[in-house]
Order: sequence, then structure tokens, then C-alpha cells
Amino acid sequence: MIEEVGTTEQGDLVINVGPQHPSTHGVLHLVITLNGETIKKVEPHLGYIHRSIEKMCESLSYRQFIYVTSRMDYLSSHINNHGCALCVEKGMQIEVPARAKVIRVLMDELTRLASHQLWWGAMAMDVGALTPFFHAFRERETINDIMEETCGARLTMNYMVPGGVMADIHPNFQKRVKEFLQFFRTKIDEYDELVTGNIIFCSRMKGIGYLSPESAVSYGCTGPTARGSGISCDIRKLYPYEVYGELQFDEVTVAEGDCFARYMVRMQEMRQSLSIIEQLIDNIPEGEFQAKTKAVLKLPKGEFYSRVETARGEFGVYIISEGATTPYRIKFRSPGFSNLSALDHMARGHKIGDLVAIMGTLDLVIPDIDR
Amino acid sequence: MDVSPQNTGNKPFPGEVHPTAGGGILVTKLDEVINWARSNSLWPLVFGTSCCAIEMMSTAAPKYDWSRFGFEVARATPRQADVIIIAGTIVNKMAPVLKRLYDQMADPKYVIAMGACATSGGPFFYNTYSVVKGADHVIPVDVYVAGCPPRPEALLHALITLQEKIRSGVS
Repeated sequence: MIEEVGTTEQGDLVINVGPQHPSTHGVLHLVITLNGETIKKVEPHLGYIHRSIEKMCESLSYRQFIYVTSRMDYLSSHINNHGCALCVEKGMQIEVPARAKVIRVLMDELTRLASHQLWWGAMAMDVGALTPFFHAFRERETINDIMEETCGARLTMNYMVPGGVMADIHPNFQKRVKEFLQFFRTKIDEYDELVTGNIIFCSRMKGIGYLSPESAVSYGCTGPTARGSGISCDIRKLYPYEVYGELQFDEVTVAEGDCFARYMVRMQEMRQSLSIIEQLIDNIPEGEFQAKTKAVLKLPKGEFYSRVETARGEFGVYIISEGATTPYRIKFRSPGFSNLSALDHMARGHKIGDLVAIMGTLDLVIPDIDR
Repeated sequence: MDVSPQNTGNKPFPGEVHPTAGGGILVTKLDEVINWARSNSLWPLVFGTSCCAIEMMSTAAPKYDWSRFGFEVARATPRQADVIIIAGTIVNKMAPVLKRLYDQMADPKYVIAMGACATSGGPFFYNTYSVVKGADHVIPVDVYVAGCPPRPEALLHALITLQEKIRSGVS
């Protein structure tokens, strides 16, 4: 339950941030112990959006359970669906057609762009700049329109299914993605001009929230959070799935480990995503978009694990099957949960105003943490 | 503070509207003017629990731009907000918090249940142990929006519907 504002025996002030607070990006509840303005301890309280998704999945069939996973990390819903579809395909030993593989990677990268754009706008808003939010959403709407044309939805698409994708791409897809690439190439430079070099922004970011490479590993951080500490952990590079192994792109790592490093990782990842889309958009192979599968999927008895790189880090799906049409148990390894656990470590010793900046660069999505 | 006439020594309290038998022409006309003014400047509370919050942000963003209808002043504190848009699932742990937020809002206050989860539990209706099956179990709702998540146009329609409700004196 909600603890009241009070003081500890040492005279430290204990305050609550959330669950209703604009900078927690949802319904996270933080109990912060302060000595003056300096943070002594941050204790996240979870469960305000726990929807029991893992338990729900146990009563849904292997085709049905994909739709709830789009509602976990809704900013990278394609990639969540992708991870689940990969795990079922691994268990069923379904061979995905080449066309579906390329479409999936294209959609993943568009999602990553949309997610990073939203993060950029929201994080800048957290540290006090309101304009980037409007810039970010202007570009994001273009991606949403492309998604809507092909998948039929703007946010929770449920487009990836075991065996391929739900439907073929729209005839306009390639043309519109190319237009977007051209459009966004100029806009991303504008992002840099607007925020990256800004002296106020730099002084709020540089040297704040240091996470050493050792702690990043010990807390299990993945994604841009760990890559900002110089850890190489990109699943697309380390354990390539679909066509990532054949593509030319760099894994972005920055060694500094502070908020600005995590910011730079995401900014450069957007450029890498653009280059991946550019390589693939003219090379979508002809053929089927979905493999022929049985109407009712039954995974053989055993345990299956697959992982993908979402916009926030490593997303893992672990299925235990008893040979029935529904999973016996599903466990999702969400990147946000592990990244959040490092918040206390990063925030200690900083001022309370910096906590917002640190949380902004963690890019938390609370339903992804609570599930 | 009790502002009823017997306690204020029959001195008229500023802004106090006395009920008249049958409703005088002045009072009903004043009500209409007040409702019209209220409906054009509704300040929403920044309240988003899950996916619908992103579509709510899209509605605030340039393409849909809810400031055309007077909603742009999103407030982070319930004490300054007029309308709460429940954007997302309400689970058992969040329900008392939502109730508290609603209680902290000043009258007149309005509620929009955005999306299937806030309307009825939506995709989380079956097989789940922690989801409140509709935010109207916790607080009264004025306008429901269908969709998972609803498109920004649907939310705009809900906001306009709420304005019409307020103008007509129903809500």
C-alpha cells in the first residue's frame, strides 16, 4: 500500500513518486529516501499494472497467445510477437519462407525506430524540453501510417504469426517506406541539432547515472542501457535470427556509462536501423509470406527458449510444453525489469532532479516490467 | 466552510447560484453559459497505465492535436484537472489509487474510459486474476471508447461527446 511521507530514524526524508506521476512513464511507484536533496535509496514498487499475462497464456493456444504479448511492451509490439513466433517455430520446427523473414526484419526495425522516436520525445520532455515531443510524434505518425496500411493497426499489430506473417505487405509499402527513409534522414540530423548539442541538455546528462560495465552485467542489463556501458549484448549480432546474420550493420556501444552515453547509443541505433531498412527494402524476395502449418499447433513435450532484441534489450520467451495445444508454462524475460533493477545503483548520490533524467534514459515501459 | 445562506447571515456568497422554484430564466440561462464555458476548457489529467496512453499522447501530438478542442492543458496533478482519461488497464492494486485520484479532483469532474480494458477488462476479461473488469467498478464513467487501443479519432470523438454532454446539462 501507499506509504506516507515521513522521516527515518536517521532524519532522512522518505517520499513517494508515483504510481501517478508523469515522469515514471506509467504507473511505477518509487519510494525514495533523501538526505536533503541527495538520493540515499530508491526502492521501486511494482504490480500496479500486473495483468497476469503469463498465467493467461497458459489457457490460450499457440496462435492465440501472441495477441497478449503485443500489450506487454507495446512500443515494440512487433518484436514481442516475433520472439513468441520464433519460439513456437523452434518447437514445431517450422521453416519460415524467405519473404516472411525479410518482412519481419523490416517491421522490427520500423518498430525500433518508432520506439526510439517516442523515447527521444518523452525523455526530452522529462528533462524539461517540450518541443522534441512534437517533432518526435510528427515522424512517428508516418511509421504508424505505414504499419496501419499493412498490418491494420497502429500500435498493437499482432502481425507475426507462427510460420510467417499474417498478411502480405501492402502494394504501397515499399514506396512509402522509401519516402519515409528520405524524410527521416533529414529529420534525425534535426534531432541532433535540436537536443544533442544543447548545453543545458549536456550538463543534465553527462556524468549522471554512471553504470559501470561490471554492474551492468551483474544487474542483467541489456539493450541500450548495457551498451551505454560498453557491454556488447546485441542479440541481433551475437545470436542472429532471421536475416540479421547477412546484414551489414554495427552494434553501437559507447563506453562512458552515463546518461549521455545511453542517449547516444539510441541516437546511433536509429541510424543503424535506417541502414538495415535501406538494405532490405529493395530486396524483398518473392514467394509465400506464410508457411503452411496445421490448423491446430501442438508443441512436442519439452522446453523451448528464444530471444530477440527489442528496442529496450533482450526479450526472451521460455515455453514448457506437455504436448498439448496450450503451453504448460510460459515465462517472459523482459528487458525493462532487469534494467529497472539497476536504477537504485545508478541514482544513489545524485540529486532528486537527476532521477528523472536517469529514468528517462532507461526507457521504461511499465507493462513490460509488470506483465 | 459551510456557505449555506443561514450560516453566512443571508449575505450572498460570491458565485453562489441559488436554486429557485421552477428555475428562473436568469438561472437556467446562467447555467447554460457556465456549461458552455466549462465544455470548451477541459483540462485532462495525465493518467496512462498502458498502451492507450501512447494513443492518448498521439492525440495530443501534432497530427491529431486535441488543443483544437481545448484539451491541451494536461495536468499532472488531479487537483487542477477536470477530466480523467483512464488510458489503460486498471488492476486490483491500481484501483484504490484511481479512486483516490478521482476523489482528489475538484468538482465538476468527468471521466472517460478509453479502450476495451477500461470499459470492461477487454482482452484481459477471461483467465486473469488481477484485472478490474471495467473502471466503472471503481469510479463513475461518463463516456466509453471502444478499441484496443482506440484510434486517436475515436478519442477525439469521445472528447467531443463529453463536451456535448456537458453543454446539454446531462453530465
